[in-house]
Amino acid sequence: MNTTTADHDMEGRSALSKLWSNREARSVILQILTMAALIGFFAFILTNAVANLAAVGKTFSYDFLSTPASYDINQSLIDYTSRDTHFRAGVVGLLNTLLVAICGIILATVLGFILGVLRLSPNFLLNRISYCFIEFTRNVPVLLHILLIHGILVHSLPHPRVASTDYNIADLFFLSNRGVFAPKPIMEPLFWATIIAFVVGIAFTVWFRRYAKGVQDATGKIYPVFWISAAAIIAFPALVYIVTGAPINWDVPEFQRFNFKGGMVLLPEFMALWLALSLYTAAFIGEIVRAGIMSVSHGQWEAAGALGIKRGRILNLVIIPQALRVIIPPLTSQYLNLTKNSSLAIAIGYMDVVATIGGISLMQTGKEMETMILVIAIYLVISLMISAFMNWYNKRIKLVER
Amino acid sequence: MKKTAFISAAAAAVMAIGATAANAATLEDVRKNGELRCVVSTGLAGFAYTDSAGVYQGFDADFCRATAAAVLGDPSKVKFVPATGKTRFTILNSGEGDVLWRNTTWTFVRDVDVKLTFVGVNYYDGQGFMVPKSLGVKSAKDLDGATVCIQTGTTTELNLADFFRTNKIKYEPVPIETNDESRTNYLAGRCDVYTTDASGLAATRSTFPTPKDHVILPEIISKEPLGPAVRQGDDAWADTVRWVLNATLAAEELGITKANVAELAKGTNNPEINRMLGTEGDLGAMLGLEKDWVVKVISAVGNYGEIFDRHIGPSTDIALERGLNALWTNGGLQYTPPFR
Repeated sequence: MNTTTADHDMEGRSALSKLWSNREARSVILQILTMAALIGFFAFILTNAVANLAAVGKTFSYDFLSTPASYDINQSLIDYTSRDTHFRAGVVGLLNTLLVAICGIILATVLGFILGVLRLSPNFLLNRISYCFIEFTRNVPVLLHILLIHGILVHSLPHPRVASTDYNIADLFFLSNRGVFAPKPIMEPLFWATIIAFVVGIAFTVWFRRYAKGVQDATGKIYPVFWISAAAIIAFPALVYIVTGAPINWDVPEFQRFNFKGGMVLLPEFMALWLALSLYTAAFIGEIVRAGIMSVSHGQWEAAGALGIKRGRILNLVIIPQALRVIIPPLTSQYLNLTKNSSLAIAIGYMDVVATIGGISLMQTGKEMETMILVIAIYLVISLMISAFMNWYNKRIKLVER
Repeated sequence: MKKTAFISAAAAAVMAIGATAANAATLEDVRKNGELRCVVSTGLAGFAYTDSAGVYQGFDADFCRATAAAVLGDPSKVKFVPATGKTRFTILNSGEGDVLWRNTTWTFVRDVDVKLTFVGVNYYDGQGFMVPKSLGVKSAKDLDGATVCIQTGTTTELNLADFFRTNKIKYEPVPIETNDESRTNYLAGRCDVYTTDASGLAATRSTFPTPKDHVILPEIISKEPLGPAVRQGDDAWADTVRWVLNATLAAEELGITKANVAELAKGTNNPEINRMLGTEGDLGAMLGLEKDWVVKVISAVGNYGEIFDRHIGPSTDIALERGLNALWTNGGLQYTPPFR
């Protein structure tokens, strides 16, 4: 090694070490290196996958989506036969996922709030029952809840033949191990009047609440808003329904050789998944609600009480709005968990998106990579949408700073 | 510098894993591992199930042992890899299994597009229906409105849809992951009908508390040639598995049994027997196996007929007749190319 290069080397080294000792430059360099490593890693994984697929002679293509699925699905919100495409089968599965997720979120929220409030109840018995329920439910894996409830439904409920005579309500509703059967409404054209009445009722309620608030702000007079709203939304359409001559026909389920025919059915798989996810998530929501309410300082109760406001209204007007700010962010995670946990449907054969496109379609076409990417993308989109909605709601209710 | 070293090491490791999965001389891998990883059912009476000692037994399990005996010289050197209908091909294709002996139907798509090589048929089957006797069903065409339990991810699922569609009758499918769960749901009355391959129905029925209360309907609605499969692209390994199956068939045809194989291996005046058992020529070496590979196979599990009778034949609870699976010399379909 001659001196020139050595000098050059020294110079280069000192320039580098200068750059390194500069804090900003160092952080930029580190970020660039990290990004490069990440991109390199993913590029490697991708090329490796493509190379391995090519090595076994498999191509990467979504053409199979337009070929007939050839299998049947027992619960579908849209028309579907085995001659429809894999794509449509996937949509059927997606709708089933959304159905159980939405029903689950609603029930979990309602149950969770009840559990949370009970948990704070001064009544010892209610308090303890709620406590035990929460601790049992949230400390057992949700898959076991699903299997347990499905097992109970399938093994302890009677066969439809027995249900048709012994386990029914007014010969209209039947409880069996093939599901809960109920009459199915079939609308006649005149039923539109009732629907219009319902929409009008809601519009009236929105207007009336605003009006009542205006009156209250101006004069202090309080209207019975709840009862008037209820009358507008329920009683008015009911009246219209009766006046137009009850324009609904009921398709009542009837037992035939093997099973009930006609009517609507909640399959045991749906019920098991729905109940298990709801109960499990409700236990977590209960704790979140309790934490939220406890985070509001006791002084708020006392201050509102000193103004002479009734207990129920204190909860509604003072405590819950403040508690919600604490509740909403963790609640969002619970909603996301519930939606993602719904993929455990596969354990009991509920035909969700994992069971259709990510299950049977995968098997019948052998397109593991393609179907799995699709299913992952679907869950990602659903989760991001729930997140976006909850963030919007969180912004809306957050503390308005003046 | 350290980081780079780590990354390149990790990359090399992943690449190495990738390489074994993609292209492989499976025979060498099996020898190197010292055990045959054999993909079998998670549990199907008679075909592949764990006995009270937790050891895999059954028709398919014995073919796994036969393969291990041929390749490694020891029938006990099998690692059973249980797979559901859904996971079996992924397990095989990803290199987690060396061979699939899992009552799997040989179909066009699986052979061509799923990139498997089916090497033979060890059981000719067809899809049937089982119902409780009390329902009084005489034919599958009476099943309008019935609820049907079915193993998801199988060819039976597609046959079922086609059968009901072409006969214009309605049904409610209840898709279930494993045979055991199907059994539970069927017995609990979640479904009226259980459908799978007729052999599977007989096997499952034998495990019921009262098998006599259930009938298998006369209709067989599909062809289900069940056979072993290997990954596509390793012809030498496919040959090995194919000729293990053929050896059990040829042995039955030539009267070689578990009991007399040691005696016959000393030499006979039938040249085909001599070629098979390695006393004449060296067929084993052509496959890269020991000279006495067939002797090891037969002394481990017996010939095809012995395996059949031991696990699923008329004297067992499953009580399947040979039917299509009789040797061609007895009017069946089981036929092996000659050992020549």
